[in-house]
Parts: sequence; structure tokens; C-alpha cells
Amino acid sequence: MANVSMAQFHQVFFEESLEGLDNMETALLALDEGGDKELVHTIFRAAHSIKGGAATFGFPEMSAFTHEAESLLDELRDGRRPIDKPIIELLLRSVDCLRGMFARAQAGQPLNDEAAEALRGELAAAMGREATTEVKARRSGDRADAWTVRFRPHPGMAASGNDPLRLMRELKALGEMKVTADLDKLPALDKLEPGECHIGWTIELRGQVKRDTIKGVFDWVEDECDLSIEPLHVVAPPAAAEAPKAAVADVATARAAREGAPAASAESSSVRVSIDKIDSMIDLVGELVITQSMLDQFRENFDIAKLAMLQEGLTQLARHTRELQESVMGIRMLPIGSVFNRFPRLVRDLSAKLGKNVRLDMHGEHTELDKTVLEKIGDPLVHLVRNAIDHGLEMPDKRRAAGKVEQGTLRLEAFHRGGSIVVEVADDGAGLNREAIVAKAVQRGLISSGEGMSDEAVAELIFQPGFSTAAVTTDLSGRGVGMDVVRRNVSDLGGSVTIRSTPGKGSVFTIVLPLTLAIIDGLSAAVGEESYIVPLVSIVESVQLKTEAIRSVAGGGELFRFRGEYLPVIRLHEVFGCAGAVRKIEDGLMIVVEGEGTRVGLFVDGLNGQQQAVVKSLEANYRRVQGVSGATILADGSVALIVDIAGLVRLQSRRKAA
Amino acid sequence: MAKILAVDDSASMRGMVAFTLRGAGHEVSEAENGQLALDQAKGGKYDLVLADVNMPVMDGISMVRELRTLPEYKGVPILMLTTESHTDKKMEGKAAGATGWLVKPFDPEQLLATVNRVLG
Repeated sequence: MANVSMAQFHQVFFEESLEGLDNMETALLALDEGGDKELVHTIFRAAHSIKGGAATFGFPEMSAFTHEAESLLDELRDGRRPIDKPIIELLLRSVDCLRGMFARAQAGQPLNDEAAEALRGELAAAMGREATTEVKARRSGDRADAWTVRFRPHPGMAASGNDPLRLMRELKALGEMKVTADLDKLPALDKLEPGECHIGWTIELRGQVKRDTIKGVFDWVEDECDLSIEPLHVVAPPAAAEAPKAAVADVATARAAREGAPAASAESSSVRVSIDKIDSMIDLVGELVITQSMLDQFRENFDIAKLAMLQEGLTQLARHTRELQESVMGIRMLPIGSVFNRFPRLVRDLSAKLGKNVRLDMHGEHTELDKTVLEKIGDPLVHLVRNAIDHGLEMPDKRRAAGKVEQGTLRLEAFHRGGSIVVEVADDGAGLNREAIVAKAVQRGLISSGEGMSDEAVAELIFQPGFSTAAVTTDLSGRGVGMDVVRRNVSDLGGSVTIRSTPGKGSVFTIVLPLTLAIIDGLSAAVGEESYIVPLVSIVESVQLKTEAIRSVAGGGELFRFRGEYLPVIRLHEVFGCAGAVRKIEDGLMIVVEGEGTRVGLFVDGLNGQQQAVVKSLEANYRRVQGVSGATILADGSVALIVDIAGLVRLQSRRKAA
Repeated sequence: MAKILAVDDSASMRGMVAFTLRGAGHEVSEAENGQLALDQAKGGKYDLVLADVNMPVMDGISMVRELRTLPEYKGVPILMLTTESHTDKKMEGKAAGATGWLVKPFDPEQLLATVNRVLG
């Protein structure tokens, strides 16, 4: 029963422990950089918590492993062992190992593997001994069938919360007692301090009790009393095998507990919310209730003289609703620091492997992002960072030859801009090599020649599928996963990636992400009887065209000229089969949109205006539809589909190919 | 039924302790470090305080020391939740004024037994 109730805390334990491991890693890396020795305390505390939790929640292997790491940390903390590179390396590997154990624990798999066992041995070896086994043989202590216990508390004992009466009660539970009080130290009444203990006792305890059991009663007050425990009669010592058997049984129960609760490993994801956020929401709800009751009075008796008040109330209602909306959305927002955290380690390992000297400069870790965005932005960022170290930053000798400092700088920064979050990955490396890119693109058949192409257009080429400029494919960033995948991932999140590069000075990759996925800013466009929402972020501009501006191409496609470029036309009424839509180009409107770096014109009847749309999943309620990212409910209660620009562009190019 | 304050920086530990004690009919408040616990203890009188040793901001031992300077917490049982690898911490806690300790790992039954021991 107790074990069943324990399982409900596993998820919290996993989450806080993984967070603790992140903190350990960060602190270890800072120590590696010559950081404050105080950091050892932080690391120790994290390991200590994990060990305690692992033991409590039935993960003895994890607890045993952490125990070794903790002992080593304890020696570092006390200064008994110097903190050097090999030790930090070993502890970093222990962090990784524990992460693996947690992953297996969450998946309900056996925790220990050979690597973990070997690393545990390494930790012990670092302390000059063998790994301890957690089986503790408890001393059983001698037995007697009657004892004399002399107990005299020190005057201050009760102040520590130890009531002598409680101790007597516990002793009484062990057997039959005969107690004599010793009053010789009792002061005169006028000198008596009521909170102090002045009486001593001699207790004759009859029963089959071990000395340790009696001692256990007094374990908390050993240092606060005079105590002697003497046998009245001695009996033969008991069988010795008892203790280890008990320890084995403990491990077995713990294992059974874990196996007995497989349901606990089926996680539902959760968010930790700061109390401040919740408090502010409660305040806002309070405000809403007040406004509501104020508006309520107009229901019964309204005359036109109160119109101003009614309007005032409605304005207030609108404001509070908006604030509450922002506040509720805020619950899903988490600092990007949790994603940035992995980079110090990554940069350290990677630059060491490549023989480069790289300094990582991170800013804006507190910038908050929607949890879903946060979970999916990690991989693209890892790719960009790897790319910057692998291809962007030069080797130290090359940098020196170019008159730069040997240490390259990689800047990772997150900040707000308008209604978006911007994440930049910048390096002060060589910048993009125009010739190499053009040559590669020609070789790949992406373009016929680079002549007349702007630098921006050349830079865009690296986002084309299957593009890679590295002469030798390394195992780091050249695994066929290109920048096109980065762009695809980011655009799936409703964001965009662009690059700005200066030869010899470096490159900046800029990722622009929406604040949240749950609400988007969009333009509502009319197509026949229907309305469609076009996300504002993807709109370049809207133009009204004459029919002559449209050129038909072979295969039924249409193009129009926009700022020196020919863009394909996508007629929304054709894609979605809307009846009664405008067909003549000059009667409708062309919305120029951009998705995955490609611009197209969306032909619609006209615009209804800008609005915020609460995104409802189409997949969850119906099924996935190509070219549509979701649906929303309009102010009049009707449903509008949200256009997925990137999806439409893909749809269009497939149709073109067919 | 007693008013109990559970102090631990680990949410899972705190949750387990609070859940177990509430299940036994006690009224449990939670705090995630010594400082917060101290503020809370000043606001209302608790019959028992259970505190972890290693915590950020203010550790359990400093917290006990501070608590014992308050007249209303003289003689109130305070138990340290400690791990067996740190027997010295038990004594340090005692010197600061703790009533006793409960060694981690403990299960709900052990927790209840110890709590009942001090509450009588």
C-alpha cells in the first residue's frame, strides 16, 4: 500500500533530479573554467538530494551510484582532494551516466548497465578504494532478559523537544518497568526553572530486549544525558545470520515495488509554475469577478443614463480578459535557459575534439518561450552551434594568421522583438565562402552559375536540401542533416531562420519564433463563403493586380512579377474548393507570403481584417489536412481554417512536379 | 491531529512526507528551504517541524538554531531528515537544538512511527 502511494512522487522526483543534474553539469563546467570553489557545495547538494530521493523512492542502484559520487564530492568539499581536470571529467561522466539511469527508470527498464558499474568502480578508485556495497550489517548487540537503566537528563534536554516522559513511554513498551526517581539534584522551589530537567531515574526493565533496542530509545539524547545500561542476567548470544538477510529483503521489496507499479512510468508531461504567476492569475480572476458583478447590476435596471457606466464596465472586462489571457498563456512559458544549459558542455567537448579554442557567450537565458517551442528548438540550435564550431570558427593558427585573437567567440542570445522571440547563434569566424557555396550549388545542380546572384541569394543556398560545404564530411555536423532540416523544424514551429554573414568577420543565424503556439496573429481573408486565417508572420505584403500582370506557364501554372522576381500564384479557392469565390484577378487580392524561404502569392477575394486566433488542432478533432495548420472560431461563431504557408508551398511544388 | 511543518528543497520528498502525514490526519504545511520555513514558523505555531539538512538559501541546521531562539519554539519537537552517510550531521543538528532525526531513506511507515514517537 505504502509503495503504491510512493509511485505518485516518481515523476516529481525524476523532474527535480534531472534539473539537479543540469545544475551539477553547469557548476562542474564553471569549476573547470576556474570558477569559485563554493560551486562544489551546489554540486554536492544536488548529488545528495538525488541519492536521498533514489533511496526513498526505490532505486537502490541509482542511490548506490550517487553515493560514490557524493563521497568523492565530500572529499573535494572538505579540501581533502584537489579539484583537477580528471576529477571534473569523471564527475561529468557520472552526470551523463545518471541521466542514462533516469531515462531507463522512466522507461521502466533495469537501471544498472556495465558502463554504470564500471564508472562506479572508477569513482571509488579515484578515492583509492573499492566500490562499497550497500548491504550494511547491523550490529545486533547483546541480549539479556532484564536490564538496569540509569538515566539522568541534562537540565537543557527538554528544550530540544525531548520530553523525558516520552522516553519513559517508549521504554515501557519494551517490557515491565520498575522505576525509582532520584531527586537529590532537585533545587529549592524558588530556584526551580520549570523548563529544565532535574530528576534522574533508575529503571529495572524486564523483558527479552537487546541492548541496542534500549539504546535506540535514547539515541536522540545520548549527548544530553548520562546513561548506563547494564544487564541483570546475561543470556547466550543469538544467531548471527539475521542482519544481512534483512538487508537483502529490503532490496527485494524495493525492486518489487518498482516492478509492481509499471503504470507510473507512463508519464504525462507537466509544467512547474512559479507561485507568483499563479498569484497574479488569482488576482486577475478576482478583478474579473468584481467587473462581472458590476455589469450584472445593469441586467435588472438599465436606463440610457447609465450607458457610460456600462461602456466603462465593458472596457474593464476587455482589459481584464486580455490580462488574464496573457497570464494563463504565461503558464506555458519557460525560460530558454533550460535549452541553453546543454551548450557549455557541447562547446567544450566539441572544441576540444576539433582542437579549436572557443569561448561561449550566452545572453538572455531568462527569455521565456512556450513549452512546446522550447522542447523542439533544442535540435535546430544544437545543429547551428555544431555548424558554427565545425565550419564557422577557424583553427587557432588560421585565426592568428588572419590577425584575429586565437580564441573564437560563439554567441548564443535570446531576446524579445515585437511579438516574437529571437534566438541568435553568432560566430566571429571566417563567414560564408561565396565561391565554395556557388561551386557546390552548381555541382549539385541547384543553380547553373552564381553570376548576378546577390550575396543574400547565395547565402540562401545553404538552406537548400542536400547542401553541404565542408570539404571533408566530419562526424559532427555533416551527417546528411543539413540546414534545410533546421529551416523545416523552425518553420514547423511557425518561425523562420535567416543568415547574415560578413567574410572574415563571421556569421549570424537568426531564428525568429512566435511567443506561443496557442494563439497566433493573423489576417482574416475572405474566399467565397469562407474565411481563412493567414499568419501575420508569413505575410510580406498585399497587392491588387491587373489580369495582364499574370502570366500562364506550361502545365497550367500562373506567375506574377513582384519586385523583380516571378512568384507562383496559389488560388486558395482552387486549393480548398470554395464555391462562389472571385476568379478575376483584378476583383480580388494577392497576398504575398513567405514560407521556408520561398515566396508565393495567395489569391483571395479580399481581407476582413487583422485578428488574434486561438488555434484549435484539426488533427485532434478531425484529421491532418495538407495546407492547413489548424482551425479557429471567429467572433460570429463560425469556423475558419488557418492556412499553413509552408505546407501550401510544398503542396504547390508537388503539383508543379506532377 | 497535529500541525506539522515539512521542510525540504526536494519537491518529491516534501510531497511524500506531506502526503503520508496528511493521510494520518495531520495538518501539513510545506516550505522549500530554511528561510521560508522560518518565516512560516513565525506566522503560526507548529507542533512539529521536519527538516532536511542540505538546502539552498538556509540549511536545516541554521534553521533549527534560529527556530530555537524563538520563545514559542522552545521545546517544540524538530526532527532532522538526514542520510546515514552523515552521522556527524546528526550531532551537528542536535547541537543546534534538534530533537532527533529520521534517517533517509525512510518509508511512510517509518515516518509515521517516528512522528508518533515525538507527538505521543
